[in-house]
Amino acid sequence: MELNLLTLCYLIGSITFIVGLKMLSHPESARKGNLVAAFGMAISIIGTIFLYQENGEGLHNYEWIFSALIVGTIIGVLAAKKVKMTAMPELVSLFNGMGGACAALISIIEFKHITHHFSIASVAAPLTEVPYATYLSIFAGLIIGSVSFAGSIIAWGKLNGSIKDFSFKGQQVFNIVLFVFAIALSAYLIVNLTADTLPLFYVVLVASLVYGVLFVLPIGGADMPVVISLLNSFTGVAAACGGFLYNNQVMLTGGILVGAAGTLLTILMCKAMNRSLLNVLIGSFGASSGGTQQAVTGSYKEIALSDAAVCMSYANKVIIVPGYGLAVAQAQHICHELEKILEEKGVDVKYAIHPVAGRMPGHMNVLLAEADVDYDKLLEMEAANDEFKQTDVVLILGANDVVNPAAKTDPASPIYGMPILEVEQAKTVIVNKRSMKPGYAGIENALFFQPKTSMLFGDAKAALQKLVAEIKSM
Amino acid sequence: METILNYLHQHINIIYIVVLSIFLGIEVIGRVPSVLHTPLMSGANAIHGVVIIGAIIVMGRVEMGNYAALIIGFLAVLLGTLNVVGGFVVTDRMLEMFKKKK
Repeated sequence: MELNLLTLCYLIGSITFIVGLKMLSHPESARKGNLVAAFGMAISIIGTIFLYQENGEGLHNYEWIFSALIVGTIIGVLAAKKVKMTAMPELVSLFNGMGGACAALISIIEFKHITHHFSIASVAAPLTEVPYATYLSIFAGLIIGSVSFAGSIIAWGKLNGSIKDFSFKGQQVFNIVLFVFAIALSAYLIVNLTADTLPLFYVVLVASLVYGVLFVLPIGGADMPVVISLLNSFTGVAAACGGFLYNNQVMLTGGILVGAAGTLLTILMCKAMNRSLLNVLIGSFGASSGGTQQAVTGSYKEIALSDAAVCMSYANKVIIVPGYGLAVAQAQHICHELEKILEEKGVDVKYAIHPVAGRMPGHMNVLLAEADVDYDKLLEMEAANDEFKQTDVVLILGANDVVNPAAKTDPASPIYGMPILEVEQAKTVIVNKRSMKPGYAGIENALFFQPKTSMLFGDAKAALQKLVAEIKSM
Repeated sequence: METILNYLHQHINIIYIVVLSIFLGIEVIGRVPSVLHTPLMSGANAIHGVVIIGAIIVMGRVEMGNYAALIIGFLAVLLGTLNVVGGFVVTDRMLEMFKKKK
């Protein structure tokens, strides 16, 4: 009876995951979809705790299970509620790493469990009663889970700025060798497991962790969303390995669904940046670009705050282009205030959102939504490009590569071919940046040297505050 | 060769689940607008937290007194919970913002 009920719980879980994912990919139903999936998860977890049986015996150690669940829930809710909107990508990466670690730990315990008698009886013969498939699931879960864990932690550190890019000569080769080593050693162990070779299990663990670190370290900060999405699908596969191990349908469907959907999502993200996944993983921006790019020379001009204020308040139409600089400066609220003041003066204000502006696809939408910016004011790239011609002033806030005309005009440029916001079609362009330093791609931006462009240096938040004050006093 | 075929035969249900889930996963998010990439990734992240079920099973089977396994299992359940709970709450928070502008 209990087991039948549990099967029903798992069926409900699997269905809610599918329905939830489906609803998550449509704007109107997304929030409900998340709740549907959460509901299915709760049913599956509660069902497992109370109904799971093995050889007619239920689970025990309830006090341990519940204390872990309660502590985890409290920390998880607090972390998720407290985090600033700008730090969202890091947190997702961190949670993903936790899932990977969980999968790896399961493999460790299971491995210890089924090889337990080795250490007691010191049997030197390979185990025959445990099928290879079980070992295969354990090792796969261990490798994928640890890579996902180590990689996610590095991605987390990179996004919050505590870990810098790092690479050494021959790192690609070293990585591949390390990866092949971990796989080969696992294969060897699966076939030849004896009491003497048991400790090698931990060598596989360490090799996987090191691989995870080295795999993510050289990848540039702006590509982290793609990497997180990829690691996300890895963790999905690691969860599915657990599903194999326990013959557990909900873990299987949940894990494989996320593995497949995550991989597709990763590819979609790459497409939005007009790059291939391989290019993201192997080539870092700027490293491969030779000296053949068109040199960007000339002088730029600065604009005084009062001039920028005049320019914008007497315009008919202003389009704001937000970028990473806005996110870093936490300037979304003051940006919304600027929009309201300009609207009061009869200026038509819109936002142009590049699909990969910020540090995650959709990052800008989330940030501006947090500041209560009207959804109708956000233009997607194609719509914005149609409107720039009739725009008087474009205000760029900390965006760089997504407005670089080299992507259209210079085939030698590393970002050539990436779709951009064609801001140079507007009458005037005002660029707010902290300095003339190049953006993430590490290339100069010819836009800044054009006659119609003027620079407004400073932190986005400070500059906008002054700009708002200036316009108010006019 | 025969062991592989045998294995396939014995686990054919699981293999069907895997193959169909792969196609389903790809189909289901086929045309997601880029605005939703981040919440979708975060939601998928919460769903793979289903790995916690494995952790609970492991934990519930550990013999009393085996503290090493108990502690590792405790960690596994804890981390899995973080993944599930944190993942769903963060996703909800992101999507909540999309909703209220209207």
